Amino acid sequence: MKPKAKIKESAMGALFFVCGAISVVCVLVITVYLIVAGLPAIQEIGIIPFLTGTEWSSTAAEPKFGILPFILTTVWGTLGAALIGVPVGVLTAIYLSKMAPRRMADALRMGVQLLAGIPSVVYGLVGMTILVPGMMQWFNLSNGTCLLAAILVLAVMILPTVVSVSETALDAVPREYEEASMALGATQTETVFQVSLRAAKGGIASGIVLGIGRAVGEAMAVIMVAGNVANMPGLFKSVTFLTTAVAKEMSYASGLQREALFSIALVLFCFVMLMNILLNCVIKKRGTK
Amino acid sequence: MKPDRQLFSTVRAVRSAVLRACVYLCALLTAGLLLGILGYVLFKGVPHLTWELLSGKPSVIKGTIGILPNIINTLYLIVFTLLVALPLGVGAAIYLTEYATNRKLISVIEFACETLAGLPSILYGLVGMLFFAQMLGFQTSLLAGGCTLVVMILPTIIRTTQESLKTVPEGYRHGSLSLGSGKWHMIRTVVLPCAMDGVVSGCILSVGRILGESAALLFTAGVGTVIATDIISAFQVSGGSLSVALYIYVSERGEFDVGFAIAVLLVVLALIVNTSAKAAKDYFRKRTGVS
Repeated sequence: MKPKAKIKESAMGALFFVCGAISVVCVLVITVYLIVAGLPAIQEIGIIPFLTGTEWSSTAAEPKFGILPFILTTVWGTLGAALIGVPVGVLTAIYLSKMAPRRMADALRMGVQLLAGIPSVVYGLVGMTILVPGMMQWFNLSNGTCLLAAILVLAVMILPTVVSVSETALDAVPREYEEASMALGATQTETVFQVSLRAAKGGIASGIVLGIGRAVGEAMAVIMVAGNVANMPGLFKSVTFLTTAVAKEMSYASGLQREALFSIALVLFCFVMLMNILLNCVIKKRGTK
Repeated sequence: MKPDRQLFSTVRAVRSAVLRACVYLCALLTAGLLLGILGYVLFKGVPHLTWELLSGKPSVIKGTIGILPNIINTLYLIVFTLLVALPLGVGAAIYLTEYATNRKLISVIEFACETLAGLPSILYGLVGMLFFAQMLGFQTSLLAGGCTLVVMILPTIIRTTQESLKTVPEGYRHGSLSLGSGKWHMIRTVVLPCAMDGVVSGCILSVGRILGESAALLFTAGVGTVIATDIISAFQVSGGSLSVALYIYVSERGEFDVGFAIAVLLVVLALIVNTSAKAAKDYFRKRTGVS
């Protein structure tokens, strides 16, 4: 090879390495920035009062920074969304993968992909104009913005993730398993629920974790329906999630309040990293089986 | 024994029927949700989607609202983000599949990509604000927003490109190398053209993500509605994308009609993105099927 070409080759190799390294650098920068920005307020407030304080009044004369309401709201909101969204999603995936006629499945699959593509603000808008007045009417509330509305919106938003990942997992179940089950006399429904579902357990679990991850991180749809009051969570109370606490106050916050918002972001970051590790464990467990 | 067995099979039949019914019900619910949301948004939004709204600027004096600046900002963001993220993402995918030999390094990079893909957009918004807008001095501007989006969509492009690079037969590479081509020449002329489908679908997915993004842009690109005279100055000032504009009009100004009109636009764009993704997939499948 000519020396000039050789230099070009190694230059391209180095260039690609730089491209590959960028994502690692980004993760490091994000982590460092969140920690550096988030720690001062935690130090000032104290980690125990910050995490377990039940009162958040950042703009009061004597501000209180307790984010337990946000943490619990995020936990309950996400679990609630999963409780509704996961069964519907998994059963829809079963329909798509095992029961639907081909045409029907194609159409519904397109629909689910479209659901995934609809921006979160649109979900927020629909929730705001249907669910919020609906809550007031159905449950006789003075204010319709509440945790339940947020849970319902989140449940719809995690649906596409759960459906498509579960469907992929169900499709990957070897046909022989199902044929063997049918040959032993099980009906098609029994086969699906007792054989296919068990064989696809790992894939479905990772779909659920992915969906939950999406719910934990969702901000804009929730901010429009949850009411954004720092209450302890209750189904019919206006609440604030970790994400919405940051999004709502960041535009006008300053001083310690602003730093506390970064600390909330740090807590959220820890949450998400925990989910990632959980997801990795689920996938790894599948690999070794 | 006989009645017992009969009972058992009745129980089985009932249980099967109930489970089946549940499955159908859930599928129906999903389909109903989709149609309901689409129908509702179209019904509420289409009457307000007027030419004045699409082609005008918001003006306090005249009391009019127009979303042309937001449309232009969204286009700028898409073009800028893809222009920057595409080479980086494709390069990273090439490094991972063609160059990297160290397994540990590969898994570190892949873990980083997964982490980036899973981060909530509000965190991108915060770090983008701290890093691009404040530390690098971009201010709240389209440039800062675009840079934040680049980091956000990088994992999407890397993953789709990597997946289709993996499907390029090893024989193509050996053939090309044994004919005396250098590695970069082989990648450019043989491997990459075969992996175009991944690159294109990565782009389409990214466009969808950019269209829908709001939390990451709120604090980086801001909510500006000024139409700049040229591209350079456009990137220096704050500019709200369509999704951000929807949020602002609805939450802070209570303009639900405008919100629904933008929602129609966003839903139609999402539909176009989805159909073109499917069309691209079919096109590339057909092409590779023939060759």
